Amino acid sequence: MLTFLARRLALGILVMWLVTVIVFLIFYIGPGSADVARALAGRDAPPATVALIAHRLLLDRPWYVQYGHFVWELLHGNLGFDYYHDEPVTSIVAQGIPITLSLIVGAAPIWLLIGVLTGMYSARHPRSVLDRVFTTFALTFYSTPTFVLGVLLILLLYYQLTIHGIALFPGSGFTPLTQNPFEWFRGLILPWLTLALVAAATYTRLTRSSMLDVLGEDYVRTARAKGLGERRVVWRHALRAALTPIVTQFGIDVGTLVGGTVITEQVFGLPGLGWTAVHAIEEQDLPVIIGIVIVASAAVVVANIVVDALYAFVDPRVRLH
Amino acid sequence: MALLEVVDLQVRFDTADGSVQAVRGISFAVAEGHTLGIVGESGSGKSVATQAAFGFARGAHVSGRAIFEGRDLLTMNERELRAVRGARVGMIFQDPLTSLHPMYRVGWQIAEAIRAHDRSVPKRTARSRAIELMARVGIPQPDRRVDDFPHQFSGGMRQRVMIAMAMALTPSLLIADEPTTALDPTVQAQILELLRELKDDFGTAIIMITHDLGVIAEIADDVVVLYAGTIMEEASIRDLFYHYHHPYTEGLMGSLPSAGVRRGELVPIEGQPPSPIDPLPGCPFAPRCKYSMPECTVEAPRLVEIPGETRHRSACILPTSRAARQALRDARHPPTTHSMVLDR
Repeated sequence: MLTFLARRLALGILVMWLVTVIVFLIFYIGPGSADVARALAGRDAPPATVALIAHRLLLDRPWYVQYGHFVWELLHGNLGFDYYHDEPVTSIVAQGIPITLSLIVGAAPIWLLIGVLTGMYSARHPRSVLDRVFTTFALTFYSTPTFVLGVLLILLLYYQLTIHGIALFPGSGFTPLTQNPFEWFRGLILPWLTLALVAAATYTRLTRSSMLDVLGEDYVRTARAKGLGERRVVWRHALRAALTPIVTQFGIDVGTLVGGTVITEQVFGLPGLGWTAVHAIEEQDLPVIIGIVIVASAAVVVANIVVDALYAFVDPRVRLH
Repeated sequence: MALLEVVDLQVRFDTADGSVQAVRGISFAVAEGHTLGIVGESGSGKSVATQAAFGFARGAHVSGRAIFEGRDLLTMNERELRAVRGARVGMIFQDPLTSLHPMYRVGWQIAEAIRAHDRSVPKRTARSRAIELMARVGIPQPDRRVDDFPHQFSGGMRQRVMIAMAMALTPSLLIADEPTTALDPTVQAQILELLRELKDDFGTAIIMITHDLGVIAEIADDVVVLYAGTIMEEASIRDLFYHYHHPYTEGLMGSLPSAGVRRGELVPIEGQPPSPIDPLPGCPFAPRCKYSMPECTVEAPRLVEIPGETRHRSACILPTSRAARQALRDARHPPTTHSMVLDR
């Protein structure tokens, strides 16, 4: 078990190293060092300033020195400074993280609950009316773009309610949890629903097919042959085995979303990581983009390690390999 | 009175291609402490029949009667059936790896079977009972292996775990559905030996479902031969092996390898079993039967007693006298050493 985790960890470190190499290549080597310095210096800067910047950023040194410096600073938690306000990238990223995490923390239980419960029902009553209803809903939400669903929710639950005097939800903005938990919750309900409804569709389908497979397994027949009640057969025996692909999907989704709730954040005006990334891209703010790319990749890598660890926990057969 | 008496059991499944009549009105009985072998090839309905009787052939339309310990299983509700399953009737299946839950420890799975029927048994008691059971079915070091997972056991040991689980509450009937098919021949023999021992010790009746006449010869008292969901022949083990009447049984015997048979002497049954969706009129075996006559395809023969033998019935219109049958066989194909041995 320990060697298993150690191997996964080593693999994660390898992936992170590759990410730094790719980021370095794209952003530093790609455009050429002169361009980087000129971009940083601004359009009308005199050559002396450009040379100074190039020197200070080690851009006049060989690539391996540059890369070494880049990784060294990264390991010390220094992601550089943004082009426009000279703010440390770490603090820009740090401002976005709680917002994005708030989104995921609330949305994940909702989509998991909806997805797994509807999927289980569908698997136990395949081709029933409710199964078809769930499938239709799943496919509808799955194929609805996030910005359409988000805007629809705003239109119906914020705009329509508010103009009729029921101001249940704010239209946009973020209140930190530490500042006012109730406002935090109120402000996030619509974004949570947007994120969760789209994601739940995947889980409905995944749980349905996984559960259908498992319900046909011999050990489920054994559980019934033992005289166990249907509830125990389904929850204790079938769900346990059907959970493996769901856990995997869940880990990957959460990891991906850390860097990727872009549209939901845009629609609801939440300045999380995705929102910050979009603005950095619009402004060609390279250090911020690099910072977010690295944080997002780290999230995916960590999520994968956690999934693997969970996997070994869920399925004892994995522990041996 | 018989422990289990199945009368005119019919099992039908509705599929997209039409209605599948898997079991077409079969009757059999198992006496207390006896072993009934049910033989048949894949799709003959041998597994479905027992599973349907105990209420877990999902999606099946079941009719007939299945009187177990004096009560009709087919009129029981789910709750009553659950009280029977696992407690009064234990079941073991073909593949012991897939039949055990891969994510739970074997001891836990055995203990669960005990506690499923009596919540008042403390977990600790159930666990030590599981260890005793594992010892009883011949698993070495049961106190250590109780916390192992199924994948840490060999095939034979897994089947022993299944048997321990099935026997946990000393049921009066054990249904063994191809329990040795997935195992090595040497392990097969050990498992059959274990089943025989348990049967003698606990007085448990066994229904042995198999396609393997060798297994039947080892363990059964009586045999039912199923084909296409109908009973072709039923007899005591002696009568079946030495005086079989039905051509299908004869075919099974001919395709049975044994130590004395030289290569090339196995005689397969030509052709395929009939479609379960559109059954032809007449005897289901007629298209593959080397003795078939025009009248065979008109009406399905009924099971009739073979005169002079006890509890021996066959669903074939061939003459019932042994001499006449032998003459007919010799006329069809000259006797080989092998068939002489079987026909003695």
